[in-house]
Amino acid sequence: MKTIGEIAQKVRSKNAGPFWVTIDVFCGSADAYATLTAALKTADIAALYHQPTQVLKRFDIPDLNVIKISFPRPVVQGHRRDRDMHGAQWAVLLAELRLSES
Amino acid sequence: MPTRILIPSGVLCLGFDRDALARGVAAKPDLIAIDGGSTDSGPFSLGSGTSKYARSVTKSEWRELMLARAEAGVPLVIGTSGTCGADSCVDWMYQITCELAAELGQSLRVARLYSGQPKARVTEALADGRITALTPAPDISAGTIAQMTNIVALAGAEQIQAALATGADIVIAGRTTDTAIIAALPLARGDNPGAAWHGAKIGECGALCSTNPTSGVIQVDFDETGFTVEPLATGARCTPHSVSAHMLYENSDPFVLYEPGGHLDVTRSRYQALDDRRVRVTGSEWVPGRYTVKLEGARTAGFQTTLIAILRDAHYVANAQAWADKLHGFLTTLVHKRMGLAAETYDLDFRLMGQNGTLGTMENRQGTPVEIAVLLIITAADGDTAAEIGKLANPHLLHYPLTEDEELPTFAFPYSPAQSDRGALYEFALNHVMALDDPMSAFVLDVTEVTP
Repeated sequence: MKTIGEIAQKVRSKNAGPFWVTIDVFCGSADAYATLTAALKTADIAALYHQPTQVLKRFDIPDLNVIKISFPRPVVQGHRRDRDMHGAQWAVLLAELRLSES
Repeated sequence: MPTRILIPSGVLCLGFDRDALARGVAAKPDLIAIDGGSTDSGPFSLGSGTSKYARSVTKSEWRELMLARAEAGVPLVIGTSGTCGADSCVDWMYQITCELAAELGQSLRVARLYSGQPKARVTEALADGRITALTPAPDISAGTIAQMTNIVALAGAEQIQAALATGADIVIAGRTTDTAIIAALPLARGDNPGAAWHGAKIGECGALCSTNPTSGVIQVDFDETGFTVEPLATGARCTPHSVSAHMLYENSDPFVLYEPGGHLDVTRSRYQALDDRRVRVTGSEWVPGRYTVKLEGARTAGFQTTLIAILRDAHYVANAQAWADKLHGFLTTLVHKRMGLAAETYDLDFRLMGQNGTLGTMENRQGTPVEIAVLLIITAADGDTAAEIGKLANPHLLHYPLTEDEELPTFAFPYSPAQSDRGALYEFALNHVMALDDPMSAFVLDVTEVTP
Protein backbone atom coordinates (compact mmCIF):
# COMPACT_ATOMS: atom_id res chain seq x y z
CA MET A 1 0.00 0.00 0.00
CA LYS A 2 0.99 3.58 -0.54
CA THR A 3 1.94 6.12 2.08
CA ILE A 4 -0.39 8.96 3.00
CA GLY A 5 2.01 11.39 1.41
CA GLU A 6 1.79 9.51 -1.88
CA ILE A 7 -2.01 9.67 -1.92
CA ALA A 8 -2.56 13.16 -0.52
CA GLN A 9 -1.66 16.39 -2.30
CA LYS A 10 0.04 17.79 0.78
CA VAL A 11 0.51 17.01 4.46
CA ARG A 12 1.55 19.91 6.68
CA SER A 13 1.85 20.58 10.39
CA LYS A 14 2.27 23.70 12.49
CA ASN A 15 1.78 24.91 16.01
CA ALA A 16 -1.66 26.25 16.80
CA GLY A 17 -0.31 28.46 19.57
CA PRO A 18 2.51 27.27 21.86
CA PHE A 19 0.46 24.48 23.43
CA TRP A 20 -1.07 22.73 20.40
CA VAL A 21 0.08 21.25 17.14
CA THR A 22 -2.22 20.75 14.18
CA ILE A 23 -1.76 18.56 11.11
CA ASP A 24 -3.65 19.15 7.86
CA VAL A 25 -3.95 16.42 5.24
CA PHE A 26 -4.96 18.03 1.95
CA CYS A 27 -6.31 15.05 0.03
CA GLY A 28 -6.60 16.96 -3.24
CA SER A 29 -9.64 15.11 -4.62
CA ALA A 30 -12.86 13.55 -3.45
CA ASP A 31 -11.49 10.12 -4.35
CA ALA A 32 -8.32 10.57 -2.32
CA TYR A 33 -10.43 11.99 0.51
CA ALA A 34 -12.69 8.92 0.47
CA THR A 35 -9.68 6.59 0.44
CA LEU A 36 -7.87 8.40 3.25
CA THR A 37 -10.82 9.03 5.57
CA ALA A 38 -11.68 5.35 5.35
CA ALA A 39 -8.15 4.03 5.77
CA LEU A 40 -6.72 6.47 8.29
CA LYS A 41 -7.50 5.37 11.82
CA THR A 42 -7.28 7.97 14.55
CA ALA A 43 -5.68 5.39 16.85
CA ASP A 44 -2.88 4.86 14.32
CA ILE A 45 -2.19 8.59 14.20
CA ALA A 46 -2.14 8.72 18.00
CA ALA A 47 0.32 5.83 18.12
CA LEU A 48 2.55 7.55 15.57
CA TYR A 49 2.89 10.57 17.87
CA HIS A 50 2.97 8.51 21.09
CA GLN A 51 -0.30 10.09 22.27
CA PRO A 52 -3.41 8.60 23.86
CA THR A 53 -6.17 8.50 21.21
CA GLN A 54 -8.60 10.52 23.31
CA VAL A 55 -6.46 13.69 23.22
CA LEU A 56 -6.63 13.90 19.42
CA LYS A 57 -9.23 16.15 17.83
CA ARG A 58 -10.02 15.03 14.31
CA PHE A 59 -12.00 16.93 11.72
CA ASP A 60 -12.96 15.27 8.44
CA ILE A 61 -13.93 18.18 6.16
CA PRO A 62 -15.47 16.95 2.90
CA ASP A 63 -16.00 20.49 1.52
CA LEU A 64 -12.22 20.93 1.46
CA ASN A 65 -11.17 17.29 1.06
CA VAL A 66 -9.13 17.82 4.19
CA ILE A 67 -8.50 15.72 7.28
CA LYS A 68 -7.30 17.81 10.21
CA ILE A 69 -5.82 16.42 13.40
CA SER A 70 -4.98 18.57 16.43
CA PHE A 71 -3.54 17.61 19.80
CA PRO A 72 -1.78 19.24 22.73
CA ARG A 73 1.96 19.37 22.20
CA PRO A 74 3.55 16.71 24.42
CA VAL A 75 6.36 19.23 24.92
CA VAL A 76 5.32 22.88 25.01
CA GLN A 77 6.90 25.01 22.29
CA GLY A 78 10.27 26.31 23.43
CA HIS A 79 10.60 23.99 26.43
CA ARG A 80 14.15 22.72 26.80
CA ARG A 81 13.04 19.34 25.45
CA ASP A 82 11.37 20.82 22.36
CA ARG A 83 13.13 19.75 19.17
CA ASP A 84 11.00 21.49 16.56
CA MET A 85 9.98 25.03 17.53
CA HIS A 86 7.26 25.32 14.87
CA GLY A 87 6.11 21.70 14.86
CA ALA A 88 6.38 21.87 11.09
CA GLN A 89 8.39 18.66 10.60
CA TRP A 90 5.92 16.55 12.56
CA ALA A 91 3.83 16.21 9.40
CA VAL A 92 6.55 14.06 7.86
CA LEU A 93 5.75 11.17 10.20
CA LEU A 94 2.15 11.13 9.02
CA ALA A 95 3.10 11.60 5.36
CA GLU A 96 5.37 8.57 5.64
CA LEU A 97 2.74 6.40 7.30
CA ARG A 98 1.98 3.43 5.09
CA LEU A 99 -1.67 2.49 5.00
CA SER A 100 -2.33 -1.06 6.01
CA GLU A 101 -4.12 -3.54 3.73
CA SER A 102 -7.63 -3.69 5.13
CA MET B 1 -21.43 51.10 6.66
CA PRO B 2 -19.17 49.31 4.15
CA THR B 3 -15.57 49.25 5.37
CA ARG B 4 -12.46 48.50 3.37
CA ILE B 5 -9.33 47.31 5.17
CA LEU B 6 -5.98 47.14 3.38
CA ILE B 7 -3.58 44.49 4.68
CA PRO B 8 -0.03 44.85 3.27
CA SER B 9 1.18 41.44 4.48
CA GLY B 10 0.82 38.81 7.16
CA VAL B 11 3.48 40.40 9.32
CA LEU B 12 5.72 43.44 9.13
CA CYS B 13 9.19 42.37 7.85
CA LEU B 14 7.89 39.62 5.57
CA GLY B 15 7.94 41.93 2.55
CA PHE B 16 5.13 42.95 0.23
CA ASP B 17 4.49 43.70 -3.42
CA ARG B 18 4.94 47.50 -3.82
CA ASP B 19 2.72 47.78 -6.89
CA ALA B 20 -0.03 45.88 -5.11
CA LEU B 21 0.27 48.20 -2.11
CA ALA B 22 -0.03 51.21 -4.42
CA ARG B 23 -3.17 49.68 -5.94
CA GLY B 24 -4.53 49.18 -2.45
CA VAL B 25 -3.93 52.80 -1.53
CA ALA B 26 -5.56 53.97 -4.79
CA ALA B 27 -8.63 51.86 -3.93
CA LYS B 28 -9.26 54.17 -0.95
CA PRO B 29 -9.17 51.92 2.09
CA ASP B 30 -10.66 53.05 5.39
CA LEU B 31 -7.72 51.68 7.37
CA ILE B 32 -4.38 49.96 6.84
CA ALA B 33 -3.68 47.11 9.27
CA ILE B 34 -0.62 44.94 9.71
CA ASP B 35 0.42 42.40 12.30
CA GLY B 36 3.77 42.77 14.02
CA GLY B 37 4.25 39.32 15.46
CA SER B 38 2.98 36.14 17.06
CA THR B 39 4.16 33.40 19.39
CA ASP B 40 5.29 31.49 16.32
CA SER B 41 9.01 31.69 16.89
CA GLY B 42 8.98 30.60 20.50
CA PRO B 43 9.15 32.17 23.94
CA PHE B 44 12.37 34.17 23.56
CA SER B 45 10.78 37.34 22.21
CA LEU B 46 8.25 37.58 25.03
CA GLY B 47 10.72 36.40 27.64
CA SER B 48 13.28 39.03 26.69
CA GLY B 49 10.85 41.71 25.52
CA THR B 50 12.65 42.11 22.18
CA SER B 51 11.72 41.83 18.51
CA LYS B 52 12.92 38.84 16.52
CA TYR B 53 13.09 40.93 13.36
CA ALA B 54 15.91 43.22 12.32
CA ARG B 55 15.40 46.88 13.21
CA SER B 56 16.63 47.90 9.76
CA VAL B 57 13.98 45.81 7.99
CA THR B 58 11.27 46.91 10.39
CA LYS B 59 12.14 50.54 9.81
CA SER B 60 12.34 50.30 6.03
CA GLU B 61 8.99 48.51 5.69
CA TRP B 62 7.35 50.80 8.25
CA ARG B 63 8.60 53.79 6.26
CA GLU B 64 6.72 52.54 3.20
CA LEU B 65 3.58 51.96 5.22
CA MET B 66 3.82 55.43 6.80
CA LEU B 67 4.08 56.90 3.30
CA ALA B 68 1.10 54.80 2.17
CA ARG B 69 -0.86 56.03 5.19
CA ALA B 70 -0.07 59.66 4.41
CA GLU B 71 -1.23 59.20 0.85
CA ALA B 72 -4.40 57.33 1.82
CA GLY B 73 -5.16 59.72 4.68
CA VAL B 74 -6.45 56.92 6.91
CA PRO B 75 -5.23 55.30 10.14
CA LEU B 76 -2.37 52.82 10.09
CA VAL B 77 -2.54 50.16 12.81
CA ILE B 78 0.10 47.66 13.84
CA GLY B 79 -0.80 44.87 16.27
CA THR B 80 1.56 42.81 18.41
CA SER B 81 4.42 45.24 17.83
CA GLY B 82 7.95 43.87 17.97
CA THR B 83 6.97 40.16 17.67
CA CYS B 84 5.60 39.70 21.20
CA GLY B 85 3.74 42.95 21.94
CA ALA B 86 5.44 43.55 25.29
CA ASP B 87 5.54 47.17 26.47
CA SER B 88 9.25 47.40 25.61
CA CYS B 89 8.40 46.47 22.02
CA VAL B 90 5.69 49.14 21.80
CA ASP B 91 8.31 51.65 22.94
CA TRP B 92 10.76 50.28 20.32
CA MET B 93 8.18 50.63 17.55
CA TYR B 94 7.26 54.12 18.78
CA GLN B 95 10.92 55.15 18.66
CA ILE B 96 11.19 53.93 15.07
CA THR B 97 7.99 55.81 14.22
CA CYS B 98 9.35 59.05 15.73
CA GLU B 99 12.58 58.71 13.74
CA LEU B 100 10.61 58.18 10.54
CA ALA B 101 8.24 61.05 11.27
CA ALA B 102 11.31 63.30 11.49
CA GLU B 103 12.89 61.86 8.34
CA LEU B 104 9.65 62.07 6.34
CA GLY B 105 8.53 65.42 7.74
CA GLN B 106 5.22 63.98 8.98
CA SER B 107 3.17 65.41 11.83
CA LEU B 108 1.23 62.60 13.43
CA ARG B 109 -1.06 61.73 16.27
CA VAL B 110 0.27 58.42 17.55
CA ALA B 111 -1.68 56.21 19.95
CA ARG B 112 0.22 53.58 21.86
CA LEU B 113 -1.80 50.72 23.30
CA TYR B 114 0.06 48.87 26.04
CA SER B 115 -0.89 45.26 26.73
CA GLY B 116 1.70 44.46 29.41
CA GLN B 117 0.27 43.14 32.66
CA PRO B 118 1.74 44.03 36.05
CA LYS B 119 2.27 40.85 38.05
CA ALA B 120 0.20 42.28 40.90
CA ARG B 121 -2.85 42.59 38.64
CA VAL B 122 -2.55 38.98 37.46
CA THR B 123 -1.93 37.68 40.98
CA GLU B 124 -4.98 39.56 42.23
CA ALA B 125 -7.11 38.26 39.37
CA LEU B 126 -5.96 34.73 40.20
CA ALA B 127 -6.94 35.18 43.84
CA ASP B 128 -10.33 36.61 42.78
CA GLY B 129 -11.07 33.62 40.55
CA ARG B 130 -11.01 35.72 37.39
CA ILE B 131 -8.36 33.59 35.70
CA THR B 132 -9.39 30.41 33.91
CA ALA B 133 -7.03 27.78 32.55
CA LEU B 134 -7.32 26.73 28.92
CA THR B 135 -6.36 23.20 27.80
CA PRO B 136 -3.57 22.33 28.36
CA ALA B 137 -2.32 24.89 30.84
CA PRO B 138 0.74 25.03 33.06
CA ASP B 139 0.00 25.24 36.78
CA ILE B 140 0.17 28.80 38.04
CA SER B 141 0.40 30.41 41.44
CA ALA B 142 1.49 33.74 42.87
CA GLY B 143 4.97 32.16 42.93
CA THR B 144 5.11 31.27 39.24
CA ILE B 145 3.59 34.63 38.26
CA ALA B 146 6.39 36.32 40.21
CA GLN B 147 8.97 34.46 38.07
CA MET B 148 7.63 35.76 34.76
CA THR B 149 9.67 38.34 32.89
CA ASN B 150 6.75 39.54 30.75
CA ILE B 151 3.02 38.98 30.85
CA VAL B 152 0.78 40.37 28.11
CA ALA B 153 -2.95 40.25 27.53
CA LEU B 154 -4.28 39.92 24.00
CA ALA B 155 -6.33 43.00 23.19
CA GLY B 156 -9.47 42.60 21.15
CA ALA B 157 -11.53 44.93 19.00
CA GLU B 158 -12.65 47.17 21.89
CA GLN B 159 -9.15 48.34 22.77
CA ILE B 160 -8.26 49.02 19.12
CA GLN B 161 -11.52 50.94 18.75
CA ALA B 162 -10.57 53.03 21.79
CA ALA B 163 -7.21 53.80 20.19
CA LEU B 164 -8.87 54.75 16.88
CA ALA B 165 -11.39 56.94 18.70
CA THR B 166 -8.54 59.23 19.77
CA GLY B 167 -8.25 60.28 16.13
CA ALA B 168 -4.85 58.62 15.88
CA ASP B 169 -3.08 58.57 12.53
CA ILE B 170 -1.01 55.63 13.72
CA VAL B 171 -1.87 53.05 16.36
CA ILE B 172 1.07 51.13 17.78
CA ALA B 173 -0.47 48.28 19.70
CA GLY B 174 1.13 45.81 22.06
CA ARG B 175 -0.17 42.25 22.06
CA THR B 176 -3.50 41.96 20.27
CA THR B 177 -5.27 39.02 18.73
CA ASP B 178 -4.18 38.70 15.09
CA THR B 179 -7.71 39.55 13.99
CA ALA B 180 -8.57 42.47 16.28
CA ILE B 181 -6.70 45.14 14.33
CA ILE B 182 -8.71 44.24 11.20
CA ALA B 183 -12.10 43.58 12.83
CA ALA B 184 -12.16 46.68 15.05
CA LEU B 185 -13.24 49.28 12.47
CA PRO B 186 -15.92 47.22 10.67
CA LEU B 187 -17.38 46.32 14.08
CA ALA B 188 -17.36 49.97 15.16
CA ARG B 189 -19.18 50.92 11.97
CA GLY B 190 -21.92 48.36 12.46
CA ASP B 191 -20.88 45.79 9.88
CA ASN B 192 -21.88 42.18 10.41
CA PRO B 193 -19.91 40.92 13.45
CA GLY B 194 -19.52 37.35 12.18
CA ALA B 195 -18.21 38.71 8.91
CA ALA B 196 -15.93 41.18 10.70
CA TRP B 197 -14.15 38.45 12.66
CA HIS B 198 -14.14 35.89 9.88
CA GLY B 199 -12.87 38.37 7.31
CA ALA B 200 -10.22 39.44 9.79
CA LYS B 201 -9.09 35.84 10.28
CA ILE B 202 -8.95 35.30 6.53
CA GLY B 203 -6.99 38.53 6.08
CA GLU B 204 -4.62 38.37 9.02
CA CYS B 205 -1.94 36.45 7.14
CA GLY B 206 -2.17 38.73 4.09
CA ALA B 207 -2.15 36.88 0.80
CA LEU B 208 -1.71 33.49 2.48
CA CYS B 209 -5.44 33.02 1.76
CA SER B 210 -4.76 33.42 -1.97
CA THR B 211 -3.09 31.36 -4.66
CA ASN B 212 0.03 33.55 -4.40
CA PRO B 213 0.89 33.58 -0.68
CA THR B 214 4.10 35.59 -0.92
CA SER B 215 2.55 38.55 -2.74
CA GLY B 216 1.39 39.93 0.58
CA VAL B 217 -1.20 42.56 -0.13
CA ILE B 218 -4.93 41.92 0.14
CA GLN B 219 -8.01 43.99 0.85
CA VAL B 220 -11.15 42.94 2.65
CA ASP B 221 -14.50 44.70 2.18
CA PHE B 222 -16.92 44.33 5.08
CA ASP B 223 -20.63 45.15 5.07
CA GLU B 224 -23.88 44.32 6.83
CA THR B 225 -24.17 40.77 5.53
CA GLY B 226 -20.70 39.46 4.80
CA PHE B 227 -17.25 40.23 3.47
CA THR B 228 -15.36 40.09 0.18
CA VAL B 229 -11.65 39.30 -0.01
CA GLU B 230 -9.47 40.34 -2.91
CA PRO B 231 -5.72 39.90 -3.43
CA LEU B 232 -4.06 42.93 -5.02
CA ALA B 233 -0.94 41.48 -6.62
CA THR B 234 -1.10 40.84 -10.36
CA GLY B 235 -1.94 37.21 -10.96
CA ALA B 236 -2.92 36.45 -7.37
CA ARG B 237 -6.34 34.92 -6.96
CA CYS B 238 -8.64 34.04 -4.09
CA THR B 239 -10.85 31.02 -4.62
CA PRO B 240 -13.55 29.60 -2.34
CA HIS B 241 -11.08 26.80 -1.59
CA SER B 242 -8.07 29.05 -0.83
CA VAL B 243 -10.21 31.24 1.43
CA SER B 244 -12.06 28.52 3.31
CA ALA B 245 -8.88 26.49 3.74
CA HIS B 246 -7.25 29.40 5.55
CA MET B 247 -9.35 28.70 8.67
CA LEU B 248 -7.24 25.55 9.03
CA TYR B 249 -4.02 27.48 9.40
CA GLU B 250 -2.45 27.55 12.87
CA ASN B 251 -5.88 26.85 14.29
CA SER B 252 -6.65 23.72 16.28
CA ASP B 253 -10.36 23.91 15.42
CA PRO B 254 -11.11 24.97 11.82
CA PHE B 255 -14.65 26.14 12.59
CA VAL B 256 -14.30 28.11 15.81
CA LEU B 257 -12.13 31.05 16.80
CA TYR B 258 -12.19 32.50 20.31
CA GLU B 259 -11.82 36.24 20.73
CA PRO B 260 -12.33 38.59 23.65
CA GLY B 261 -16.07 38.71 24.32
CA GLY B 262 -17.19 35.70 22.32
CA HIS B 263 -16.34 33.37 19.49
CA LEU B 264 -16.64 33.10 15.75
CA ASP B 265 -18.39 30.07 14.28
CA VAL B 266 -17.90 29.46 10.55
CA THR B 267 -19.73 26.12 10.40
CA ARG B 268 -22.46 27.65 8.24
CA SER B 269 -20.33 30.06 6.21
CA ARG B 270 -20.88 30.12 2.46
CA TYR B 271 -18.05 30.89 0.06
CA GLN B 272 -18.87 32.22 -3.38
CA ALA B 273 -16.54 33.19 -6.21
CA LEU B 274 -17.53 36.65 -7.47
CA ASP B 275 -15.08 36.32 -10.34
CA ASP B 276 -11.74 34.56 -10.75
CA ARG B 277 -10.05 36.73 -8.08
CA ARG B 278 -12.60 37.73 -5.45
CA VAL B 279 -14.50 35.61 -2.94
CA ARG B 280 -17.64 36.62 -1.09
CA VAL B 281 -18.34 35.03 2.30
CA THR B 282 -21.65 35.13 4.16
CA GLY B 283 -23.27 33.18 6.97
CA SER B 284 -20.43 33.47 9.52
CA GLU B 285 -21.72 33.81 13.06
CA TRP B 286 -20.49 35.71 16.07
CA VAL B 287 -21.57 34.21 19.38
CA PRO B 288 -21.19 36.67 22.26
CA GLY B 289 -19.80 35.35 25.54
CA ARG B 290 -18.07 36.43 28.71
CA TYR B 291 -15.48 39.17 28.24
CA THR B 292 -12.11 37.53 28.74
CA VAL B 293 -8.67 38.28 27.38
CA LYS B 294 -6.06 35.62 26.77
CA LEU B 295 -2.84 35.91 28.72
CA GLU B 296 0.66 35.05 27.54
CA GLY B 297 3.59 34.92 29.88
CA ALA B 298 7.18 33.79 29.76
CA ARG B 299 9.60 33.01 32.52
CA THR B 300 13.25 32.12 32.75
CA ALA B 301 13.69 28.37 32.77
CA GLY B 302 17.44 28.31 33.26
CA PHE B 303 20.50 29.32 31.26
CA GLN B 304 22.05 27.32 28.47
CA THR B 305 25.41 26.43 27.00
CA THR B 306 25.69 24.25 23.91
CA LEU B 307 28.50 22.28 22.27
CA ILE B 308 28.59 20.36 19.02
CA ALA B 309 30.91 17.45 18.23
CA ILE B 310 30.69 15.65 14.91
CA LEU B 311 31.19 11.91 14.69
CA ARG B 312 32.46 10.84 11.24
CA ASP B 313 34.14 7.57 12.23
CA ALA B 314 31.73 4.86 11.05
CA HIS B 315 32.09 2.81 14.23
CA TYR B 316 31.09 5.80 16.36
CA VAL B 317 28.29 6.76 13.97
CA ALA B 318 26.88 3.24 14.31
CA ASN B 319 27.11 3.40 18.10
CA ALA B 320 26.26 7.06 18.63
CA GLN B 321 23.39 6.51 21.06
CA ALA B 322 25.38 4.13 23.24
CA TRP B 323 28.30 6.55 23.17
CA ALA B 324 26.13 9.51 24.18
CA ASP B 325 24.45 7.52 26.97
CA LYS B 326 27.80 6.39 28.35
CA LEU B 327 29.23 9.90 28.13
CA HIS B 328 26.14 11.29 29.85
CA GLY B 329 26.73 8.99 32.82
CA PHE B 330 30.42 9.80 32.92
CA LEU B 331 29.79 13.57 32.88
CA THR B 332 27.13 13.32 35.57
CA THR B 333 29.65 11.68 37.88
CA LEU B 334 32.33 14.17 36.96
CA VAL B 335 30.12 17.23 37.50
CA HIS B 336 29.25 15.89 40.94
CA LYS B 337 32.88 15.18 41.79
CA ARG B 338 34.39 18.44 40.49
CA MET B 339 31.56 20.93 40.98
CA GLY B 340 29.55 19.29 43.76
CA LEU B 341 26.34 19.56 41.72
CA ALA B 342 23.60 16.96 42.06
CA ALA B 343 22.21 15.67 38.76
CA GLU B 344 18.74 17.13 39.40
CA THR B 345 20.06 20.70 39.61
CA TYR B 346 21.05 20.88 35.92
CA ASP B 347 20.26 19.10 32.66
CA LEU B 348 22.36 17.48 29.95
CA ASP B 349 20.51 16.78 26.71
CA PHE B 350 22.33 14.92 23.93
CA ARG B 351 20.73 15.34 20.50
CA LEU B 352 21.94 13.09 17.71
CA MET B 353 21.56 15.23 14.62
CA GLY B 354 21.40 12.94 11.62
CA GLN B 355 19.83 10.13 13.62
CA ASN B 356 16.75 11.48 15.43
CA GLY B 357 17.52 15.15 16.06
CA THR B 358 14.11 16.41 14.93
CA LEU B 359 11.71 13.83 16.32
CA GLY B 360 13.58 12.20 19.20
CA THR B 361 11.77 9.11 20.47
CA MET B 362 8.98 9.60 17.88
CA GLU B 363 11.46 8.90 15.06
CA ASN B 364 10.56 5.60 13.40
CA ARG B 365 13.08 5.45 10.58
CA GLN B 366 16.58 4.14 10.81
CA GLY B 367 19.38 4.63 8.36
CA THR B 368 23.11 4.77 8.22
CA PRO B 369 24.12 8.40 8.15
CA VAL B 370 27.53 9.48 6.91
CA GLU B 371 28.07 11.43 10.11
CA ILE B 372 26.23 12.49 13.24
CA ALA B 373 26.45 15.86 14.92
CA VAL B 374 26.10 15.44 18.64
CA LEU B 375 24.52 18.57 20.06
CA LEU B 376 24.94 18.80 23.80
CA ILE B 377 22.53 21.26 25.40
CA ILE B 378 23.35 22.13 28.99
CA THR B 379 20.70 23.87 31.07
CA ALA B 380 21.63 25.13 34.53
CA ALA B 381 20.30 27.54 37.12
CA ASP B 382 22.61 30.35 36.03
CA GLY B 383 24.83 31.18 33.08
CA ASP B 384 28.11 30.76 34.92
CA THR B 385 27.22 27.23 35.99
CA ALA B 386 26.09 26.27 32.47
CA ALA B 387 29.34 27.66 31.03
CA GLU B 388 31.43 25.87 33.65
CA ILE B 389 29.73 22.55 32.91
CA GLY B 390 30.36 23.20 29.22
CA LYS B 391 34.08 23.66 29.85
CA LEU B 392 34.15 20.57 32.01
CA ALA B 393 32.41 18.54 29.29
CA ASN B 394 34.51 19.92 26.42
CA PRO B 395 37.55 17.57 26.46
CA HIS B 396 35.36 14.52 26.98
CA LEU B 397 33.00 15.41 24.15
CA LEU B 398 36.13 15.66 22.02
CA HIS B 399 37.89 12.46 23.15
CA TYR B 400 35.51 10.12 24.96
CA PRO B 401 36.14 6.47 23.94
CA LEU B 402 33.47 3.81 23.59
CA THR B 403 35.75 1.26 25.24
CA GLU B 404 38.65 1.55 27.64
CA ASP B 405 41.12 -0.50 25.60
CA GLU B 406 41.31 1.69 22.55
CA GLU B 407 43.41 4.63 21.54
CA LEU B 408 41.74 7.94 22.45
CA PRO B 409 39.53 9.07 19.60
CA THR B 410 39.24 12.70 18.61
CA PHE B 411 36.04 13.95 17.04
CA ALA B 412 35.41 17.11 15.03
CA PHE B 413 34.61 20.43 16.66
CA PRO B 414 33.21 22.75 14.01
CA TYR B 415 34.56 25.96 15.55
CA SER B 416 36.58 27.44 18.39
CA PRO B 417 35.56 27.95 21.09
CA ALA B 418 33.51 24.79 20.90
CA GLN B 419 30.96 26.11 23.32
CA SER B 420 28.28 28.69 22.82
CA ASP B 421 26.80 30.34 25.87
CA ARG B 422 23.20 31.00 24.89
CA GLY B 423 22.08 33.02 27.88
CA ALA B 424 18.60 32.69 29.32
CA LEU B 425 16.16 30.01 28.26
CA TYR B 426 12.57 31.19 28.46
CA GLU B 427 9.42 29.13 28.52
CA PHE B 428 5.76 29.92 27.98
CA ALA B 429 4.15 29.79 31.38
CA LEU B 430 0.53 30.82 30.77
CA ASN B 431 -2.30 29.43 28.71
CA HIS B 432 -5.10 31.18 30.52
CA VAL B 433 -7.79 33.80 30.10
CA MET B 434 -8.57 36.67 32.44
CA ALA B 435 -12.12 38.00 32.86
CA LEU B 436 -12.53 41.78 32.67
CA ASP B 437 -15.53 43.94 33.60
CA ASP B 438 -14.21 46.81 31.52
CA PRO B 439 -12.16 45.90 28.41
CA MET B 440 -9.84 48.87 28.96
CA SER B 441 -9.12 48.02 32.60
CA ALA B 442 -6.10 45.89 31.68
CA PHE B 443 -4.74 48.15 28.92
CA VAL B 444 -3.15 51.58 28.80
CA LEU B 445 -3.66 54.05 26.00
CA ASP B 446 -1.18 56.86 25.48
CA VAL B 447 -1.64 59.51 22.79
CA THR B 448 1.19 61.76 21.58
CA GLU B 449 1.41 64.46 18.90
CA VAL B 450 4.62 63.64 17.06
CA THR B 451 6.14 66.46 15.04
CA PRO B 452 9.13 66.25 12.69
